Amino acid sequence: MEKAIQIENLSYSYPDGQQALKDINLSIEVGETVALVGPNGAGKSTLLLHLNGILRSDGTVTVLGVPLDNKSLKWVRSKVGLIFQDPEDQLFSPTVFDDVAFGPINMGCSQDEVRRRVSEALEGVGMEGYEKRSPHHLSIGEKKRIAIATILSMEPEILVIDEPTANLDPRAKGELIELLQQLPMTKIVASHDLEAVKALCQRTVILDEGQVVADDSTQSIMSNNPLLEGHGLAPRSGSSLKLKA
Amino acid sequence: MKHGFLDQYSDLDSLIHRLDPRTKAITTLAFILALVLTPPTRWYAFALYFALIALVVLLSRLPPLYVLKRSLVVVPFVLVIAIFIPFFKQGEVAGSYNIWLWQVNVTYSGLIVLWNVTIKAWLSVMSMIVLSSTTKFSELLKGLERLRLPLVMVMILSFMYRYMFVVVDEALRMKRARDSRNFGGKHIWQLKTVGNMIGALFLRSYERGERVYAAMVARGFDGNPRTLSHLRFQMLDLYFTACFLTSLAMIGTTILLGWGA
Repeated sequence: MEKAIQIENLSYSYPDGQQALKDINLSIEVGETVALVGPNGAGKSTLLLHLNGILRSDGTVTVLGVPLDNKSLKWVRSKVGLIFQDPEDQLFSPTVFDDVAFGPINMGCSQDEVRRRVSEALEGVGMEGYEKRSPHHLSIGEKKRIAIATILSMEPEILVIDEPTANLDPRAKGELIELLQQLPMTKIVASHDLEAVKALCQRTVILDEGQVVADDSTQSIMSNNPLLEGHGLAPRSGSSLKLKA
Repeated sequence: MKHGFLDQYSDLDSLIHRLDPRTKAITTLAFILALVLTPPTRWYAFALYFALIALVVLLSRLPPLYVLKRSLVVVPFVLVIAIFIPFFKQGEVAGSYNIWLWQVNVTYSGLIVLWNVTIKAWLSVMSMIVLSSTTKFSELLKGLERLRLPLVMVMILSFMYRYMFVVVDEALRMKRARDSRNFGGKHIWQLKTVGNMIGALFLRSYERGERVYAAMVARGFDGNPRTLSHLRFQMLDLYFTACFLTSLAMIGTTILLGWGA
């Protein structure tokens, strides 16, 4: 079976020359939920931007067996849905409807198809009836849900989510994790919220200073305290804070 | 900050609210055009224009006082530009005053220019207020788009609407953060802080722009904006446009015939 995503020898430097990703190799099976964890500035977001070709650089990214190039770009973007960290960036339209409809319209769906997808996507995230609202007036939790709906409406096979639980209160966070658990697609979740990672992902990849430093089952990574500590994912030993395992 | 600041009362329900945004945009434009083309000395014509707009306000169930208050916003701007014209324009002198060393002349033609600018600006702004208070901004954008306003401009307007208050909120947060660490100090030093804040705000907005663009590209945006529209003209739109344009034509006829001049 084809891999959902296969990354080979991917390196990337920022325009100012600073290297953000160094020789990344990673493959993700269809149906997997993989966490991408690492300290601030590890290159998580940069890596995510490569998954649907917003950033392109040396190395190859293969999506569902198709190498990402100029020809396949449009197709890849319809298969890989990228949800950004700040819903304020993701929701740029005057109304919720316009935002959720943006993807399907760009994909060339017919009017009826667009409407069907919008109502299904909003239903999927439990936000029916919000079509006419302005994103500006929603709570952060609601914005996150709508942001997910804007991607679901494109009916992607792979969901890539950057920091899904950032800025959420514990209840909203719990609800969002439940929502993500119900989505059947392949998921890649970048986060340093280990609680969310444990609830969502079977496999965890640790990224630090632009390199993959560990790739294993979530369980074994979470129980490896020295590893977590070494990459900024747990308080230093001797610190009075203790992370619950 | 809430969007309501821009289109307050746009969620009321009335005859005018139910009109298609395109109808309202076109009639507003027609009204302003007619207004601007009216010679300033046809005093009664302006009374008729005012009556027409007052009628629309009445039909729209907007609080008249709200419309009036909002429309006065334009007055300071107009006055700053036009208040000195009566003193400088050449012509028949309406009044002459001695103020200490200077003799100041006010001319009739200058006064007429002042009246012309003020009344036209005021009535135009009033019509815009009626338009924006009876139409949701998002609907208005859809209407403009269907009226073939270039899509790039519609998008710019829609981003402005979406992010204006995000930026305002950001500025307010920065101001709060500054105030909570500000223990007085010289004014000149504060000016420098304000300058830094404006710079930071610009950079943040610029970076946000890049992230928003990435979010658009991620959803298949290829530089050609496309949207769906659900707008449909009804009989109501036809009636309203017909009545409104007829009224304007009648006012125009009286001007051409020179009544009351």
